[in-house]
Amino acid sequence: MSGDSAASAPGRTGARAGRPVGRESAGSRWGRLLEGGLLHGGVQGSPVLRLLLRWVRRPLLPVMRLWRRNIQLKVVATTLLMSLGVVLLLGFVVIGQVRNGLLDAKVKASQSQATGGFAVAKQKADEAASGTADESAPSDGHSSQNVISWMSELVSSLSSGGQGAFDVVTLPAGDDSAGGRGPRASGQVDPTASVPEALRARINGSMVAAQSYTRIVYKDVDKEPQPALVIGKQVNDPNGDPYQLYYLFPLTQEEKSLSLVKGTLATAGLFVVVLLGAIAWLVVRQVVTPVRMAAGIAERLSAGRLQERMKVTGEDDIARLGEAFNKMAQNLQLKIQQLEDLSRMQRRFVSDVSHELRTPLTTVRMAADVIHEAREDFDPVTARSAELLADQLDRFESLLADLLEISRFDAGAAALEAEPIDFREVVRRVVSGAEPLAERKGTRIRVTGDQQPVVAEADARRVERVLRNLVVNAVEHGEGRDVVVRLAAAGGAVAVAVRDYGVGLKPGEATRVFSRFWRADPARARTTGGTGLGLSIALEDARLHGGWLQAWGEPGGGSQFRLTLPRTADEPLRGSPIPLEPKDSRRNRGLADAGLPHDGAKRATVPVQATGGAAARTRDPIASRPAAVAPTADPTALPGNGARVVPRPASGARREAVPAAEPATGENVTPADPEGAGPAQGQGQEEPRQGEAFRGR
Amino acid sequence: MMSFMKGRVLVVDDDTALAEMLGIVLRGEGFEPSFVADGDKALAAFREAKPDLVLLDLMLPGRDGIEVCRLIRAESGVPIVMLTAKSDTVDVVVGLESGADDYIVKPFKPKELVARIRARLRRSEEPAPEQLAIGDLVIDVAGHSVKRDGQSIALTPLEFDLLVALARKPWQVFTREVLLEQVWGYRHAADTRLVNVHVQRLRSKVEKDPEKPEIVVTVRGVGYKAGPS
Repeated sequence: MSGDSAASAPGRTGARAGRPVGRESAGSRWGRLLEGGLLHGGVQGSPVLRLLLRWVRRPLLPVMRLWRRNIQLKVVATTLLMSLGVVLLLGFVVIGQVRNGLLDAKVKASQSQATGGFAVAKQKADEAASGTADESAPSDGHSSQNVISWMSELVSSLSSGGQGAFDVVTLPAGDDSAGGRGPRASGQVDPTASVPEALRARINGSMVAAQSYTRIVYKDVDKEPQPALVIGKQVNDPNGDPYQLYYLFPLTQEEKSLSLVKGTLATAGLFVVVLLGAIAWLVVRQVVTPVRMAAGIAERLSAGRLQERMKVTGEDDIARLGEAFNKMAQNLQLKIQQLEDLSRMQRRFVSDVSHELRTPLTTVRMAADVIHEAREDFDPVTARSAELLADQLDRFESLLADLLEISRFDAGAAALEAEPIDFREVVRRVVSGAEPLAERKGTRIRVTGDQQPVVAEADARRVERVLRNLVVNAVEHGEGRDVVVRLAAAGGAVAVAVRDYGVGLKPGEATRVFSRFWRADPARARTTGGTGLGLSIALEDARLHGGWLQAWGEPGGGSQFRLTLPRTADEPLRGSPIPLEPKDSRRNRGLADAGLPHDGAKRATVPVQATGGAAARTRDPIASRPAAVAPTADPTALPGNGARVVPRPASGARREAVPAAEPATGENVTPADPEGAGPAQGQGQEEPRQGEAFRGR
Repeated sequence: MMSFMKGRVLVVDDDTALAEMLGIVLRGEGFEPSFVADGDKALAAFREAKPDLVLLDLMLPGRDGIEVCRLIRAESGVPIVMLTAKSDTVDVVVGLESGADDYIVKPFKPKELVARIRARLRRSEEPAPEQLAIGDLVIDVAGHSVKRDGQSIALTPLEFDLLVALARKPWQVFTREVLLEQVWGYRHAADTRLVNVHVQRLRSKVEKDPEKPEIVVTVRGVGYKAGPS
């Protein structure tokens, strides 16, 4: 299955990758918000602006990152913002209340003062009127003269009552500014500027008092204008003509009180906000510290340090988290230890069985050999028995060896001793080892792609065992035709493909050949007496390297077994330098022949189960051709031509291919895949899938 | 032939049937076998028998084979061939590191065993007088001695053979397979760990700093060669 996961590896490189991805998306969301919300429109078409924005954003990135990663910062910042809002709201309400209270008192006092003043003014006017009536009838000019001085006297007498507490202003009613009814004011007040126009208009012609807020403007430029309450009323002068009398009460004192309250509130609010932030920081720290500790310890646990535990103090929720965590860790440790013990026991058992079985077997073996050596002196029956004994002991021995090897894989006791090896060396040894068998079978073993070193980190012993198995199998089932061993290296992978032109494989057999004790044809004579475990062991060996061992075959067209290993042990495989389906397969030759319709080519590799045998038989004359055609396949093994990494299809294509391949039970089925590489890849997935099923047992 | 191959072989094995069978085979090939079944008695039997070669089972009652191997190696360079039921990496490597020259995995064929024994004994053919230099070492092939600055270094026969093989052709890089053939006498490819372990053992004796070898140099991906003299 390593192949499969390797194919999709760029997308998901494990659990850790999830976080950065999420963070990235959050970041871009932020960016979009920034872009869309703040600089929308302008950004849209202007690359300069976008560049500028990026330039502005770049220094912010670490901050944003910290924001995303640090919950403490988030909580503290949120607390600060929210408490600031609450304090501001509270402040406004309190200040409003205080101001209202202060002003209400002031307004009441002022109103009573003003009412008194108005009464005095009215009384004085009445007195003056009766006084003048008693005297001889005055002329108009005289009386107006009188009114002017009376007015001035009135203002000074009224204002003298409250020196500093209020000022008095008189203004003529309406736009009548004739006679003595010109503007007058006490205490250097600018009468016209200090009384708002609106108020003047309001009391004009009415006999009711009205009030308003204003600013007292002084004639003396050095004196600052002051906020004030102004109460005015239209009254009559001794002549019975109306004029406007205003009382101006400065609010200086109230404003001072209010600003004092404001200052106090602001200071208090600031303190509250800062303290709340600090409290939030402390509180969050209490929660976050154990969480961070748990995260760190969980990471260490997953890294294999199973004895790591959290420190638990108290009985609160955090302590319960710690306890639960520790319990989990302990159970994990226990289970892992149990599994390890089991595995160790299994290994011990295998090792013991190995020893216990092998020692008597050695004795038997030696005895049999001694008897076998001396068989010429025996009668024919005994001599033949001796031969049979020796032969079957050989088989028994290799069976035992293979069984022990496979149980070692099952126990997980197989260790990889990887070092850089040149596969050409290994292939040379394997080929020379298989030479005697090949001679007997009349087979020629050719090696291609060995012009350059094919080096990878691998366990030479295991690789040799795999290749020996493949080559011997190819020779055995090659029916005397050539066997081609092809080497290639490319893109972080090396591959050795062993091609034969023998009976080949039926649909579905390409995966089953790796099953334990599986035989292509139970009726077939066991010429060299394989154990039936060879390919299973080879598959395990390949998997131990993180590599693939895959098979391709067509009935009557021979088969190809391909071993692909990563160049370095920890590198995941992405593809193989050699296509699984050889160039000279019936289907590929069909594709190469331009005349052949595509369908026909497809059918050639997908013999239907029932008619498969017949189809293969009828095509046998064609099938014998590959031996002659074979040289055309050679260039595929040369670097730069065939030595390219076969890209694995996207996961979508795979999902499509696999279920389609299943009902037909054939790896060579190419559902809806017009590409030439289709079947090879389809099979490529089929194989690891099968491999996973093995492992899952 | 018979007289040349005459050799005393000490068989250390607790399995009486196997020991007897080994005796039959060894006698048939003209060796003089002697037997000991207990690890604790193995060393005494070794001193008494003064064998030319030891066949040592790794699993023994009393002292185990590894320990026996170490003890024998401590006082003699006599060739030791381990009999092991385990071809697992660790067992074999531990055995080789404890001083065994070669190992043979049960079950083995009598011919295979005899071939290994002969290969280990063959080296006693009289060598031509020859002086070799490797690094700052002087090797007297006939006198079977290795000296650095007049100080002689004790090597087992196998280690000596390994060193001589490298020193004879200082220009050549030896693959592990070639060394297996020349030093161990394997005609077919065998376990290259034999070479690795024995090169380590040799280095620990002849190198000034085994971490930075100057006498036996590793050629990465190929094998070993003699260091410049």
